Amino acid sequence: MAALTDLTLAQARDGLAAGEFTSVELTEAHIAATEAVRDLNCYILETPEAAREMAQAADDRRVRGEGGSLNGLPIAIKDLFCTTGVQSTAGSHILEGFVPPYESTVTRQLWDAGAVMLGKTNLDEFAMGSSNMTSYFGPVMNPWQRAGDAAAKLVPGGSSGGSAAIVAARGALASTGTDTGGSIRQPGSFCGIVGMKPTYGRCSRWGIIAFASSLDQAGPLTRTVEDAAIMLGVMAGHDPKDSTSVNVPVPDYEAALGTGVKGLRIGVPKECRLEGTPAEIEGLWQQGIEWLKAAGAEIVDISLPHTKYALPAYYIVAPAEASSNLARYDGVRYGLRVDGDSPQEMYENTRGEGFGAEVKRRVLIGTYVLSAGYYDAYYLQAQKVRTRIGQDFHEAWEKVDAILTPTTPSAAFAQGEKMDDPIAMYLNDVLTVPASMAGLPAISVPAGLSGDGLPLGLHVIGRPFDESTVFKVGHAIEEAANFTATPQLMAGGR
Amino acid sequence: MSLDKDTVRRIATLARIRVDEDALEPLAGELNNILGWVEQLNEVDTEGVPSMTSVVETEPFKRSDTVDDGGKAEQVLANAPEEAEQFFVVPKVVE
Amino acid sequence: MSDLLKGRTGEWEMVIGLEVHAQVIADAKLFSGAATDFGAEPNEQVSFVDAGMPGMLPVLNEACVEQAVRTGLALNAEINLQSIFARKNYFYPDMPQGYQISQYEDPIVGEGEIVIDLPDGETRTIGIERLHMEQDAGKSVHDRHPTKTYIDLNRSGVTLMEIVSKPDMRSAEQAAAYVTKLRAILRYIGSCDGNMQEGSLRADANVSVRRPGEALGTRCEIKNLNSIRFMRQAIDYEAARQIEIIEDGSEIEQETRLFDSGRGETRSMRSKEDAHDYRYFPDPDLLPLRLEQGYVDALKASLPELPEAKKQRFMEAFGLSAYDASVLVAERETADYFETVAEGRDSKLAANWVMSELFGSLNKAELSLSESPVSAPSLGGLIDLIADGTISGRIAKDVFADMFETGKPAADIVEEKGLKQVSDSGALEAAVAEVMGANPDRVADYRGGNHKLIGWFMGQIMKASGGKANPQMVNQLLREKLDAGD
Ligand SMILES: [Mg+2]
Ligand SMILES: [Zn+2]
Repeated sequence: MAALTDLTLAQARDGLAAGEFTSVELTEAHIAATEAVRDLNCYILETPEAAREMAQAADDRRVRGEGGSLNGLPIAIKDLFCTTGVQSTAGSHILEGFVPPYESTVTRQLWDAGAVMLGKTNLDEFAMGSSNMTSYFGPVMNPWQRAGDAAAKLVPGGSSGGSAAIVAARGALASTGTDTGGSIRQPGSFCGIVGMKPTYGRCSRWGIIAFASSLDQAGPLTRTVEDAAIMLGVMAGHDPKDSTSVNVPVPDYEAALGTGVKGLRIGVPKECRLEGTPAEIEGLWQQGIEWLKAAGAEIVDISLPHTKYALPAYYIVAPAEASSNLARYDGVRYGLRVDGDSPQEMYENTRGEGFGAEVKRRVLIGTYVLSAGYYDAYYLQAQKVRTRIGQDFHEAWEKVDAILTPTTPSAAFAQGEKMDDPIAMYLNDVLTVPASMAGLPAISVPAGLSGDGLPLGLHVIGRPFDESTVFKVGHAIEEAANFTATPQLMAGGR
Repeated sequence: MSLDKDTVRRIATLARIRVDEDALEPLAGELNNILGWVEQLNEVDTEGVPSMTSVVETEPFKRSDTVDDGGKAEQVLANAPEEAEQFFVVPKVVE
Repeated sequence: MSDLLKGRTGEWEMVIGLEVHAQVIADAKLFSGAATDFGAEPNEQVSFVDAGMPGMLPVLNEACVEQAVRTGLALNAEINLQSIFARKNYFYPDMPQGYQISQYEDPIVGEGEIVIDLPDGETRTIGIERLHMEQDAGKSVHDRHPTKTYIDLNRSGVTLMEIVSKPDMRSAEQAAAYVTKLRAILRYIGSCDGNMQEGSLRADANVSVRRPGEALGTRCEIKNLNSIRFMRQAIDYEAARQIEIIEDGSEIEQETRLFDSGRGETRSMRSKEDAHDYRYFPDPDLLPLRLEQGYVDALKASLPELPEAKKQRFMEAFGLSAYDASVLVAERETADYFETVAEGRDSKLAANWVMSELFGSLNKAELSLSESPVSAPSLGGLIDLIADGTISGRIAKDVFADMFETGKPAADIVEEKGLKQVSDSGALEAAVAEVMGANPDRVADYRGGNHKLIGWFMGQIMKASGGKANPQMVNQLLREKLDAGD
C-alpha cells in the first residue's frame, strides 16, 4: 500500500470508509509529514493536538455509523480563515496573537463534515502578494526545485503559498485558500497542484479576514480535480451572514466529473497571447487545446478585448477596498497596539509597525485613489472598466461554454526575485485577474513541466455558478496531461 | 499625474500609517510607478458605461428585526490590548 | 412678522438648514442582531459585527428599511427604488470598522417637505433634501480616567436616519418648529421615539447670515444639539457671532462647532478639522438595495393619518382654529384623546376642556397625558353632564378637580356630593319667592326700571342653592316674577 500521505483525498476517504486505516493513523501520518517538511515554513501555526482530538472524534463517529463526507480527513487551513480559539493572523504582525471567538462559515462547514485541522497555513500578509514573500511569519519555500539547482529557493506563489506548498509536499490531503486576483490558482500552478476559485458568492466570506471584498473567494487546493470537487461541495453554500453569498443550490460536483467534454465549446481568447510569454507556456496552452479537441470538445477563437486592462483596474479596485477593510486594525479592540499620546499617534504607530511594506503600499494607493479629486479618475474609471470586462465575458458565453488559458506567464521564480519591482510582481496575476474581476469560477490544473522541470498549470474559466463545467474541463485536462511528477522536497521523499 | 512627498505625507496621515520622513521620497517613487502604470485605463472608452457595484446579480438576504446576538462583552473584549470596567480603553481623545 | 436681525451696520437674515439624526425604532441594529435598548452595561449589546472584528460582515435589517421608507413617505418624499450603502472612511476610537456605513450618492429617500406651524398660527413649508440610513458610532467616555478615554460599543451599529433639510429656515423659532413637527411626524408613524435626552433625536444646524436678498454666506455647522432649547440658543448665538465678525470686517471660516450649553456659546471643534476626506465608495459587502414599487405602495397605504392631515380635518370637522388644531395634533396621543372626548359632543367645549382644564392640571401635576388620572371617556362623561343640564359649567370645574384627584367618574362625584343641578321648578319658584319677599325695596327698584338688578337676584339664589340651581331656569323664573308686577 502507498504511504498514507500519498493518497488523494478521495482515496483516503474510501480507505477510511473501508476500514483500511483510522483517521488517527491518517492524521498521525500527516503530522509526521508536517514535521518532515517544516523547513518549507508552510504553517504559521501547527495544531497537532487539536488534529489528534478531531481525528479521534471522527473515528468515534465512524464507529457509531455517523460522520459527514469529509469525516476524518486531515486538511490545512489558510490563516486568513478565523478559527475559534486558534490564533488567526492573516500573515500580519498586526494580528499576531489574535484568537477569534468565532469560526468562519467555510471552516465550520468543513468541521461539520468531519474534516480534521492540521494547522493554519502561511500566506502573503493580508493575502496581498503572489510569492508569499510578504508574510510577517517569513517566506514559504516551494517544494519544487529547478532541475539541477537545489540551491535556489523558489517561491510557492501566493497568497495561498503555505496552503499550496503543504499539499504539494504531501503534508496535508487538501487545504483551503482564498483567491482575490489569483491567490489560489497561481500558487496551485507554481506548486503543481489543483487550485479552484469558485464563482464570487458561492462560498461565504463570513469569518474570512477581508482583503478586497468584491473579489475575495474561498476555494480548495488539492492534488486532483476530483478532490477539489469534493472539497468545494462542502465549502460552498448560501450563508445568510454574508449579503454577497448567493442562494443557488450547490450541485453534486463530483458527479459532473465523469461526463466528459464531448460537444463542449472551449474558447481561446486571442488577447491572452501576451507579449513576452515564454514559448513553453505557449506550447503548453496549444497542447491543452489539442487535448480538449481530442476529447471531443470544439475549440472556438474568441476575443476578450479588455483583458489587458483587467490587471491595472484590479490594482485600483483591490487596494481601494483594502484601504478601507484594513482600517479596523487600529490597536483599539484586538491585535497589536503600539502606544501613543493620543489615539491619532497610537493609530499611526500601530499601523506603521503592524503592517509590512506591501500592505502599506497598497493601503496608501487605495487611500489615494479614493481621495477627493481622484475618485472619478481612478476608482470610478476602474469600476467602469470592470463592467467592460464583465461584458466581454458575457459576450463570450454566447459562443463558448468555458475558456482555456495558461494560469501564469511563467513558472515559479526564486525568493528575492521581482521584489524591488512591484509591477513585475503584479504581472504574475495577469491571466488570473480577468476572471476575478468578473467574479467567474476558474481552476488551475497541473499540465506539464517547464524546461527547468517546474510545474505549469492550465487555467479554465467558466460561466457564473457553472463550476461543474469548469471541473469537467479541468478533469479532461488532468486525464490527458497525466501529470505524475512530484516535488523534490516532499514528505517521504521522492 | 504625479504624486509628491507632501501628498504621500497627507495620504499616510489619512490612512493613519506612520511613515518616516526619509521614507517619503522613495515611497512617492514607488507609488508613482504604480499610478503611472494604471493610467493606461484612460485608454478605455467608458462613456455611458455604468460603474460595477457588484459582480453578483442577486437579491441580498435581509435579516428580520430579531435580537439574536450580543450579551457577550467578555468575548468582545477578550482580545483587547487595554480594557477597564468592561470598556475598551484608549489614550485620551481631545476634542 | 420680520425675522430680520439688526446689526450695527444694518439688517441681516439668518439662513438655517438642519441635519437631524433620528434613531430608528427597531429591536436589533442596522446590520447585526444585537439589541438597541438604552442603558445597558458597557459592551453588552455588541455583536462581533458591531465590534468590527476581522471577517465580520453586515446583513441589512429589513425592518429598518421599512421604517426609512415609511418616514420618507410621511415626509411626502420621493422613494428611491435603488439605493446604495457607501462607506464613509475616517478613524475614531468609537468607530470600530474605521468607516461608517452610510448612504452617499444614492440615498433611500430623496426630496420631500414638511409644513411647520409657527406660534402665530402661520405655517411655512420647509424642503427636505434627502433622508438616508446609516449606522451610529459607539460612545466615548472621557470622564472616567484622567488620561484615558473609555469606549462602549453598545450604540455601534444602531440605525439612524439622517434627515437633511434644505436651507429654508430663517429664525431659531422656525428651526424649533421644524424639529417639533419632524419629531411629531416620526412619533406618529413610530419610526423614532423622538427622545432627545436619550439621544434618539439630535440635530446639527448649519447656520449662515446674509444681507436680505443677497447670496448665501459661509456657513458653520453646529454639531449634536440634543434639545430644542439648546438648538435655539446655539443658533441665535451663532448668528450673532457671525454678524459681529462680518461687521468687524472679517470673514466667516467654514467649520464645525460645538455648543457649550453651560456657557451658551458655540466653539470651534479643532480636532475634527484635519482635512475631511471621507473617501466615500460603495460598500462592497452590501449589494445595492432594491425595492419594489408595490412594497412602497403597500407601506404608503398603511401609514396612519399624519399631523398635517389631522390638523386640517380637526379644523373642518370640529370647527377648531388653526392654533387649537395644531396644539391638539402635536402628539398622536393627544389627538386621539381629543377625538374620543369630542366624538358626538360639542367639539369646542371638548377642545376647551382638553386644552385648558386637562392640560393645565397635567402641567401643574407634572404628568404626561398617558399618566392622566382622567381618561378620555371619563372627561367625555363630565361634558355629557354639563350638556344635559345635570351640572352647571361652574360646578363642573369642581367636579373635574375631584376627578383628577381621585380618578372617579364624574357621575359618581356628582351623586356622592349631591351636586346635581336643581331644575325642579317648584323648588326654584319657592326660592325666587323667598328672595323677592325678603327684598321688597329691590323688587320695587327693579320694577322702577333698574333691570340690571336681575344679576343681583340671580347671585342671591345661586348662593342660597350652593351653586346647584339651574341658572337658565332661575333667570327665566326671575324675569317672569319680577316683570309680572310691572
Ligand atoms: Mg451630517
Ligand atoms: Zn449622519
